Amino acid sequence: MWCFMRAWRRVRRGILYAAVGMIVVVSLAPVAWLFISSMSPDVELNSSTPHWIPQHPTTIRYRALFSEGASDGLKALGPSMEHVAGDFRAAFRNSLVVVLSSTVASLALGVLAAYGLVRFSFPGRDALWFLSMGTRALPPISLVIPLYLLLRQLDLLDTYYALILTYSAYLLPIVIWIMGNFFRTVPKELEEAAVVDGCTPFGALWRVVIPLAGPGMAAAGIVCMLLAWDEFLFALIFTETLASKTLPVALSEFSTDFGGLDFGLIATGGTLMCLPPILIALLFQRYLVSGLTGGAVKG
Amino acid sequence: MLVRLSHRVSVERARLPIILVAPSMIVVFGVMVYPIMYAVWLSLFQSNPILPGRPFVGLGNYVAMAHDPEFWHALGRTFYFVAVSLIVETIAGLAIAVVLNAEFVGRRLVRAIAIVPWAVPTIVNGLLWSWIYNPDYGALNGLLKALGVIQNNVNWLGSPGLALNMVIIADAWRETPFYVILFLAGLQVIPQELYNAAAVDGATMWQTFARITLPLLQPALLLILILRTLETFRVFSIIYILTRGGPANGTMVLGYLAYQQTFSFLNFGYGSAMSVAITAATIVLTLFYLRALALRVEY
Repeated sequence: MWCFMRAWRRVRRGILYAAVGMIVVVSLAPVAWLFISSMSPDVELNSSTPHWIPQHPTTIRYRALFSEGASDGLKALGPSMEHVAGDFRAAFRNSLVVVLSSTVASLALGVLAAYGLVRFSFPGRDALWFLSMGTRALPPISLVIPLYLLLRQLDLLDTYYALILTYSAYLLPIVIWIMGNFFRTVPKELEEAAVVDGCTPFGALWRVVIPLAGPGMAAAGIVCMLLAWDEFLFALIFTETLASKTLPVALSEFSTDFGGLDFGLIATGGTLMCLPPILIALLFQRYLVSGLTGGAVKG
Repeated sequence: MLVRLSHRVSVERARLPIILVAPSMIVVFGVMVYPIMYAVWLSLFQSNPILPGRPFVGLGNYVAMAHDPEFWHALGRTFYFVAVSLIVETIAGLAIAVVLNAEFVGRRLVRAIAIVPWAVPTIVNGLLWSWIYNPDYGALNGLLKALGVIQNNVNWLGSPGLALNMVIIADAWRETPFYVILFLAGLQVIPQELYNAAAVDGATMWQTFARITLPLLQPALLLILILRTLETFRVFSIIYILTRGGPANGTMVLGYLAYQQTFSFLNFGYGSAMSVAITAATIVLTLFYLRALALRVEY
């Protein structure tokens, strides 16, 4: 009997590790394939049996996307390459500007609103909380048509402002949700002590609550950044030129505008676009998890 | 002096929540609530930005929609997409979370790796899978041929029914980690004593899972089902990249149909009506879930 138990335990460990191995492979294989494709020469990409490991790895596409002007390497990749490389860099910059601005804006507004909604009772408070949570249910496709017409009237189409404004509003309810749940876990006594010690309520918020809110803000900020980096529909409709076009839109055009499908180039741009969110997710995993769970499932 | 100071504090205390909450609510109202009302208004007109005039048609767009077979087909496909996605992702997410909750060497690392797919931006994910599904050079055909599962290349996105399922798989690969994160957070707060007690009572693995794990995961399960129902019901980006609604409208879901009506055919009125219908359906689904949640809690 004892021997049977030990054997059974061993089998179970074997099954466990097999399952773990499968999870690792399935999670990483597609991303690895994206990276491998970006390093494979066109001949190997366009072969009827995939070269799982490139025989002649090349970094030419990475160099092309980052180098200015027309080098020999650029010419080898085709006449439109210079254009593509410039577009890619502009879009990368646009994405950074839009993502960081809208994250900062929605954090600044959302933290204050969450604090106001959680800590004070005033008429209409529950209605406002419900309303801001309810807007999370609004599909972007329903907002994109009226917003397009409104932004056109305001002459804001194809500017950073169009996307920053839209993203900030779209992220706000998420920040309010995460920060609201966070503030509920911070004991009220700290602020009350500060007020007794002569702080105004605003002073208590500024000197006591905000410094304590660091982890919550990190969680909300990371979720905001990843969502804004990912957003496609608003960017597709509201941007037109390199003045504001973001990375997802630019990358989606790699495949349609420049002479058919160049998967090597798409894979290169895609790998570069994956890097920031993957690094953030790995380095700040703890904050990401707490942001995504919103503190709501801990009960 | 003291009296006046405390008067000032109490006035500030009354005003503070308004000052804190107002900026966010102005943004939420201006960029989300007002536009959605504007969309309802637009849906009452026959509106096309390049044609002069904008005749009022009342509920005409809705009547047209009710008689439009393509709308009903798209609604059916959308429900299929939602249902199959949720079932596949819930089962996969639960299985992965249970494995990652067990103790094994390298658990922290594997948990981090399991989040990676979710960090891949939707557009990159779409492009990546269109490359994997490529009928001539794709990795999926290459892999299945190497394993002897298929003899000839399959055109994965080439026939309507198959294409929709392949899009679901591509989307599920990216989204499942979200379930894993929420389920893991839920699993970690289940007290170990419950499992010990179950083991003492001689419960089988399945009994333990069905009687302890599953019921205690319910808050996490409900949260993810609400969030993902909203997301899958409005699916757009991955359809745009992988199939653009094709082949033969096989992946024409509501989100893409509304986009096509509005921005390809420039029927802003009809497109608005469709987007209002999507919003209404979304709200109904959310209320349905919230009701289910309320009933469970009372029980």
